[in-house]
Amino acid sequence: MKGKRSQPWVLLTPSLSVIFFFLVVPIGFIIVYSFWIRAATGADIPAFQLGNYKKFFVDFFYPSMLLRTLRISLECVALCVVFGYIPAYFFYQTRTKYKPLLMLLLMLPFWISYIIRTLSWINILGDSGLINYFLLASGILSDPLRLLYNEASVLMGLVQFLLPFMILNIYVSLEGIDKSLHEAARSLGCTEWQAFREVTLPLSLPGVSAGCLLVFVLTAGSYITPMILGGPGNEMIANLIFNRIIGTLDWPFGSAISVILLFLLGLIVYTYNRYLGISQIFKSLGGRTD
Amino acid sequence: MKISGWSLIRLYTIFVYITMFAPIVVVIMLSFNPEEFGSFPMKGVSLRWFFRLAQNQPIITAFKTSLILGLITSVISTAIGIPAAMAFVRYDFPGKNTLNTLLLTPIMIPEVILGVALLIFLRWLQQPKSLLLLVIGHVVITLPYVLLVVQARLVGIQRVYEEAAMSLGANAFQTFKEITLPLLAPAIMAGMLFAFTISFDDVTATLFWATARTQTVPVKVLGMLRHHISPEINALGTVMVILTISTPLLAGYLSRRFARGLESAKR
Repeated sequence: MKGKRSQPWVLLTPSLSVIFFFLVVPIGFIIVYSFWIRAATGADIPAFQLGNYKKFFVDFFYPSMLLRTLRISLECVALCVVFGYIPAYFFYQTRTKYKPLLMLLLMLPFWISYIIRTLSWINILGDSGLINYFLLASGILSDPLRLLYNEASVLMGLVQFLLPFMILNIYVSLEGIDKSLHEAARSLGCTEWQAFREVTLPLSLPGVSAGCLLVFVLTAGSYITPMILGGPGNEMIANLIFNRIIGTLDWPFGSAISVILLFLLGLIVYTYNRYLGISQIFKSLGGRTD
Repeated sequence: MKISGWSLIRLYTIFVYITMFAPIVVVIMLSFNPEEFGSFPMKGVSLRWFFRLAQNQPIITAFKTSLILGLITSVISTAIGIPAAMAFVRYDFPGKNTLNTLLLTPIMIPEVILGVALLIFLRWLQQPKSLLLLVIGHVVITLPYVLLVVQARLVGIQRVYEEAAMSLGANAFQTFKEITLPLLAPAIMAGMLFAFTISFDDVTATLFWATARTQTVPVKVLGMLRHHISPEINALGTVMVILTISTPLLAGYLSRRFARGLESAKR
């Protein structure tokens, strides 16, 4: 059995080559490009200088966009916890015979097209959307409310997209809790609320934090939602990258912004993994189709 | 006290889910509105916009592109993902955790960056954008999910069946074909389905990679969207929602039927 030892490597080679050649190497190219110079003619000149990074930080415009992205991400995380924990707890505790049907609800949002989910908010919040239709038809208002193209509508779209990730992560970690712990607490004299606060809640925190990290990372890189539901002042860092690369074809500067975003997210994920371990996230994503 | 607390939890959950699904329901409702503008009030029910959609050649082309891309992606992703998942579940080797994390990183990398990265690479190779670029990109995006889903299923498949076949005289290939592959079938199906839906749904990275000739449905939808939603977009949304919900449901049903068929065949 000489081949035994090399067998896992044979099995891994295709996947590893794909990730190496089409992810690791291309990201290396982004880093290299971020040091290049864009000539006035539009040509990219190979160089090693920090001009692109300097350009990003010297003007208040770009860092403020980065800060806005981080702020929106944090807001989105907070909203997802607020709206996600109780439904996850409901799915965990419910004893109805319709439970399989309810489990379907957990997965259903993932199966509905992201772009359709995002633009569906225009039908609700738009000038001729559902809310304004009722407000106008009932005579409460004479002019439609401007509900769309602001930070609130961006957040609504983001929360609708990311909440299922949060609910799933919390649910998976709740499912892993031994229910007899809760019963033990109850039989030792805890009230229902005390048992939840002292036993169930602390044990579900790994799921909450995993959900928070996932929601944060996905929000920080979101492009479509601010583009469709946001106004001129609501662009996030991903919109900036897209506009520099596809719009003005400024590859070196676009690369530098990408590196900054990647570095920031990498730092966050690394720190998280160092102290809390990242496997929890992957655990719930793996069960996503069941 | 306890009962009222629980009903509050239930009410809250219902509220959250209604808010989450209401916009989708409105899209579906409005797609049947015969009015010229895709908004309220409903002036009857008609299939007008669906017929219009069926004659919209660019959309049909985009659908074909999406389907072909999704199919190729799911086949490649699953074909390379399953061996990798087997390596992680079945073997111990140095650097296992690091490599597993490496293969899962695309999940945590913003799609905009994946988009830029592959484009710069392509620029350096001096190649034009093509369907191949989309396939490669979608394989990178879907591979981690395939790995996760397949690994979750593989853990449940015990080795004893294979060892039994081996000890009864089957060679490695026969064992794989007769034992491992049938046991793997649900995992393969789940992986392919997952890859397909993610590929079909992807828009951000695809926006970087698509050309005028390789536009997928979501990219097309984005192009159709100009400040207000046309009824045709609502109709397209309805078609996509029905398609993307029914595919996993159907596949889940089929795989359960398939598993039952296998069990009864064994008896």
